[in-house]
Amino acid sequence: MPVITYRKALNDALAEELARDENVFIIGEEVAQYNGAYKVTEGLWQRFGDKRVLDTPITEAAFIGLSVGASMLGLRPVVELMFWSFAYVAYDQIVNNAGCIRYMSGGQINLPLVIRGPANGGTNVGATHSHTPESILANNPGVKVVCPATAYDAKGLMKTAIRDNDPVFVMENTLLYGETWEVPEEEYLIPLGVADVKREGSDISLVAHGRAVITSLQAADILAHEHNIRAEVVDLRSIRPLDEETLLRSVRKTHRAVLVDENKPFCAVSAQIATTIQEKAFDDLDAPVLRVCTLDAPAIYSPPLEKIQLPTPERIVGKVLSIA
Amino acid sequence: METTLETIPSAAAEINHALEAQEKTQFLRQMLRIRRFEQAALKQYQTSGQIGGFLHLCIGQESVAVGTMSLCGDDDHIITGYRNHGHALAAGMSMNECMAELFGKATGCSKGKGGSMHFFAPDKNFWGGHGIVAGQTPLGLGLAFALKYKGIKGCCLCYLGDGAVNQGVYQASLNLASLWSLPVIYVIENNQYSMGTSQERSSAYRDCLAARAEAYDIEWDRFNGEDIYEVRAKTLPAILRAREESRPTVLEIATYRYYGHSVSDANAKKYRSPEEIEKYRKLHDPIQLWQRRLLDEGVLTAEQAEELDAAATAEAAESVRFAQESPLPEKADIFADVYCEVDRQTAAGRTGKFFFND
Repeated sequence: MPVITYRKALNDALAEELARDENVFIIGEEVAQYNGAYKVTEGLWQRFGDKRVLDTPITEAAFIGLSVGASMLGLRPVVELMFWSFAYVAYDQIVNNAGCIRYMSGGQINLPLVIRGPANGGTNVGATHSHTPESILANNPGVKVVCPATAYDAKGLMKTAIRDNDPVFVMENTLLYGETWEVPEEEYLIPLGVADVKREGSDISLVAHGRAVITSLQAADILAHEHNIRAEVVDLRSIRPLDEETLLRSVRKTHRAVLVDENKPFCAVSAQIATTIQEKAFDDLDAPVLRVCTLDAPAIYSPPLEKIQLPTPERIVGKVLSIA
Repeated sequence: METTLETIPSAAAEINHALEAQEKTQFLRQMLRIRRFEQAALKQYQTSGQIGGFLHLCIGQESVAVGTMSLCGDDDHIITGYRNHGHALAAGMSMNECMAELFGKATGCSKGKGGSMHFFAPDKNFWGGHGIVAGQTPLGLGLAFALKYKGIKGCCLCYLGDGAVNQGVYQASLNLASLWSLPVIYVIENNQYSMGTSQERSSAYRDCLAARAEAYDIEWDRFNGEDIYEVRAKTLPAILRAREESRPTVLEIATYRYYGHSVSDANAKKYRSPEEIEKYRKLHDPIQLWQRRLLDEGVLTAEQAEELDAAATAEAAESVRFAQESPLPEKADIFADVYCEVDRQTAAGRTGKFFFND
């Protein structure tokens, strides 16, 4: 099976969907002639031309609002945010318009819109460029949020997102763009709302999404080799819709859970997961549900410190050892 | 200031000269329907206790929606802000579905999920009804973008108030509209007040608000909205520019609202004088002016005008009855119309959990 980068997997997904459906177009800052700030859209403008791949001015509220409006008439915009942090200047368009128009129209309108881009800390770009808005966006009924952790998931989820008839927000990670995974050549789709057990285990469940899955897998290795603890790693993949069944099945098997999350702890995705577990699997638990989140302050610039502000394998191991 | 209707040359403009008597009467009928609908809604808001939230009336402004939208064809689209009742009725929505929406009933245009500020009728090319000031301006841009993308010769009329022109997203939309040559027409319905703040206290400008379009190399015009002939004559070039050249336009149409920003605007008569309101009611009322014109032209008689008015009043009363007697949405309806894939029960709507209730 070919081994490709997370970036290439996304690029392939975009190219395949552009070729498949002429209503799909890519829009965003530097996505066309510049080939993408992170090269996710590399080569697409050359191949598909001005009509299908559009460079915008730096004007997020306008081009996201434009995309919402275009999707009302049946186009399928795929909007790149150079950073998901920039969504905050377009919050009205994303939350009020993309998120609420279907409901407020009594279901007369649907918005087949994708907004994608990196949403992560860890690259020493300061607090304004390091937000992880999956928790605050998934808080809005009407939108869908997915956070792929591998190249395989990135491609399959992106293709599904583009074909979905509701607004889907795909949160990528700049630290994963250059990482490689096996990705089949033949076409595949990954449904939204289906989690994936990335590593089987019987002693404790590590529940994560996005890059925190990779950190959890590293922690699971350490736990196995140094502490003889077999950790199961559950990758949520999709935040909303959420695969509660897979999550609860794992917890009922291992009876312990540590939630790993690059969100800040307050109202994080993991806070929702913790609530779900205590509401639905309380009697299966042998220990309190604990969390490893990003340390609760704006993203610090200082490179060595930012590294430890995010969840690390060591913090996960420490948390697991406190209950297992 | 006496009105100078008799000497306005717009009446002779080809687009107006070609009008048949029936069409002219239809404009009067539409304006009367909007006014009687809103007056009935106001009464219900104040007395029935069944209309919640806000109620932003466009009474006094009816000629803008009726005049501009009278030029629309099948490929032209409409989107507006929260003062949207007039545009909705002018687009062909029924009083019943609109009144029922105000009452929060299942028979409302949005099944009771949108309310006064959020009327929608995509089947009539009417895309809302948007509550956040200027939030609709990039959506209108997107409708125009989609028309151009699909190779359709149409336009989008995107309405906003004079209070919306200072939102950044409107300025950003003007930039993209011109940069990408999109067939959008921004219609500023200038009623002089952004809620309780006058234009002088809210906007910096040279000449007028529409003139800001100069900076984006966008054609613009400014005119009086009290006369339908004038509105049509001055709007047509913008529509043709959009359809034929795919170029945007900004139109600023002077108009006036008799009531407050919304019905709950406690200061509606404090930030402007009663004399000012009275002046507009007496001398610049678009319905009275149009009716007088049609009488002068011999298009209809005073009796026929009264009949039109009586019919509009009766239709509004009937819409109140319809709304009162309509059922409320069911509790389960709260969760419908959130996700299209869930509503349609597609495969994508069945994987994972979409709603997180206790």
